[in-house]
Amino acid sequence: MMPFTTHTGTAAPLIRDNIDTDQIIPSREMKSVSKTGLSDGMFAGQRYLNDRIENPDFVLNQEIFRGASILLSGKNFGCGSSREHAVWALKEYGFKAIIAESFGEIFYNNCVRNGILCVTLDRTAIAALGDIVTIDLPHQRVDEIPFEIPLGDKQMLIEGLDGIDLTLQNETEISAHFAHDRVIRPWAYS
Amino acid sequence: MNKTLFDKLWDSHRVMTLEGGVDLIAIDRVFLHERTGSVALESIIESGRSPCSPEHVFVTMDHIVSNKPDRHKDDARTPGGDVFITATREAAKKTGINLIDVLDADQGIVHVISPELGIAQPGLTLVCPDSHTCSQGALGVLAWGIGSTDAEHAIVTGTMRVKKPPQMRITVTGILGAGVTAKDLALHIIKTYGAAGAKRCAVEYAGEAVQALSIEERLTLCNMAVEFAAFTAIIAPDETTFNYLEGRRFTPKDEMWQQATAQWKYLITDAAAEFDYDYVIEANDVKPTVTWGTSPAQAISIDSYIPHDADLKALSYMGVTRGENISKLKIDGAFIGSCTNSRLSDLRAAAKVLKGQQVADGVNAICVPGSMAVRREAEAEGLDKIFKAAGFAWGAAGCAFCFYAGGDTFAPGTRVISSTNRNFEGRQGPGVRTHLASPAVVAASAIAGKITAPKGVSS
Repeated sequence: MMPFTTHTGTAAPLIRDNIDTDQIIPSREMKSVSKTGLSDGMFAGQRYLNDRIENPDFVLNQEIFRGASILLSGKNFGCGSSREHAVWALKEYGFKAIIAESFGEIFYNNCVRNGILCVTLDRTAIAALGDIVTIDLPHQRVDEIPFEIPLGDKQMLIEGLDGIDLTLQNETEISAHFAHDRVIRPWAYS
Repeated sequence: MNKTLFDKLWDSHRVMTLEGGVDLIAIDRVFLHERTGSVALESIIESGRSPCSPEHVFVTMDHIVSNKPDRHKDDARTPGGDVFITATREAAKKTGINLIDVLDADQGIVHVISPELGIAQPGLTLVCPDSHTCSQGALGVLAWGIGSTDAEHAIVTGTMRVKKPPQMRITVTGILGAGVTAKDLALHIIKTYGAAGAKRCAVEYAGEAVQALSIEERLTLCNMAVEFAAFTAIIAPDETTFNYLEGRRFTPKDEMWQQATAQWKYLITDAAAEFDYDYVIEANDVKPTVTWGTSPAQAISIDSYIPHDADLKALSYMGVTRGENISKLKIDGAFIGSCTNSRLSDLRAAAKVLKGQQVADGVNAICVPGSMAVRREAEAEGLDKIFKAAGFAWGAAGCAFCFYAGGDTFAPGTRVISSTNRNFEGRQGPGVRTHLASPAVVAASAIAGKITAPKGVSS
């Protein structure tokens, strides 16, 4: 996974609350058992008119925001379905970070697993951001605005770590836990 | 003692605390389905890894399978969807996990069959790459929805890396009125606190009204926790839970059962335990409820009017206006099914309303039981005959019309009353306008041809 440290890019405003993962990648756009080939279907319901003609009103079809790498949104971004395809689609399109008021829990975790940074800022701060935004994860700054992020997520992103490899380093503790638990709750293993 | 039920389950599964305040939590069961599980299994195989306890990993086919009663093993309801079915089947065999295949007697929606087979048990941790995994908290399971990459992690390592969420308790005092269902309670709660109202908390449902619910009703209540941004939901296991689980396929037997239930009795929140948020809902305030907009929080009681401050975008998509009486809206479609409301008690409630009645002209009405077991039990009681005589189609188990993934659905612009969990724009098809409600309300509305409560239910 690509480490995330600092990033400067175009920030496209899609300022609405409750943008769900069905909107980010409609189920009908998930055509194969794969993590790729999804960016074309990203936001398909809003991005295209009939026959896949671009909808000129959609933010990412406007010249200045085409190919943006930062997405700005409102409350509860990525709520709904757990489909990681939403994150894979955003990543394939080129998004590196999403700045919103809050995030759907599963979506947020899926982003961390895929090296995409989710920044939580309040509505006023998001509205004040310009078209080009710089994010500094080590110093937890969006332009000059500080933001909070759980330390564990920050480390995973900065170091570009694979969760499975990392966890398997604790194999001894895991085995010990299960050996102990098997005695206390034998029925859970039957 | 001052621990919540959630604390007890979390602490007993904590292998260790990692750097950055993240806990490594032991996972007892993983459940997968063909839509998001296939990619996780393929990725495990590609990386040369393998499941650490394949006997505790289950996969079924529910999202994309055909719902035609005469379906074949690879039949999908969406064009090209068969690859998800065949890939899942193949990967399940390669990895040695438990496969519940399309034509198996146990097939059905994950969150219907996991309790039905006794895979979900009090005190277990269970994860599934599906957002409605929170349903299974109804049995005192610490169950939550994850992504596909995290599913790989859970299968390979037997653990999850997760920061302990904050906690919320919602106590429902009193008893729900006659004709008021768990679905109405779920919608009422989401309406009250908003679509982000659970603030990523683990939510414990408690109180007299919750204790009085059957397991199937508790599953409905917990199912919709994700719709107001909960990490998950949980209900303390009790005699109702034990009675439901006893004798099911995967539940402990004989002496193990005695041992298990003796410990499960302690899975309760201590009297002195504190929550980050402690809310109270009066059961009396809950009425038969229906959504008017494009978020489950945009809900009102069935005899009332669309709010005067209603969101314009939602109004426009739904083709409704501020101040409009919801029970005047003419419908074109009715769907009973999904992990929210497709269990035997749901079908009984609908059949009671439908008996001897006919669906209104022009209403496309469909019922898809949540599992093949539910379907068989319903048929044994003759419910299928009632549905069919009323003009409902009677499908084979799966998620079906809860979400559109290509293929057959309701026509653009049509208004559908649905026992499902999401009324997002386009969820049931491009331009389809979804109104969420209980199975009884769906049935009554199908007969009336407009949104309405069953006769005799005062709203």
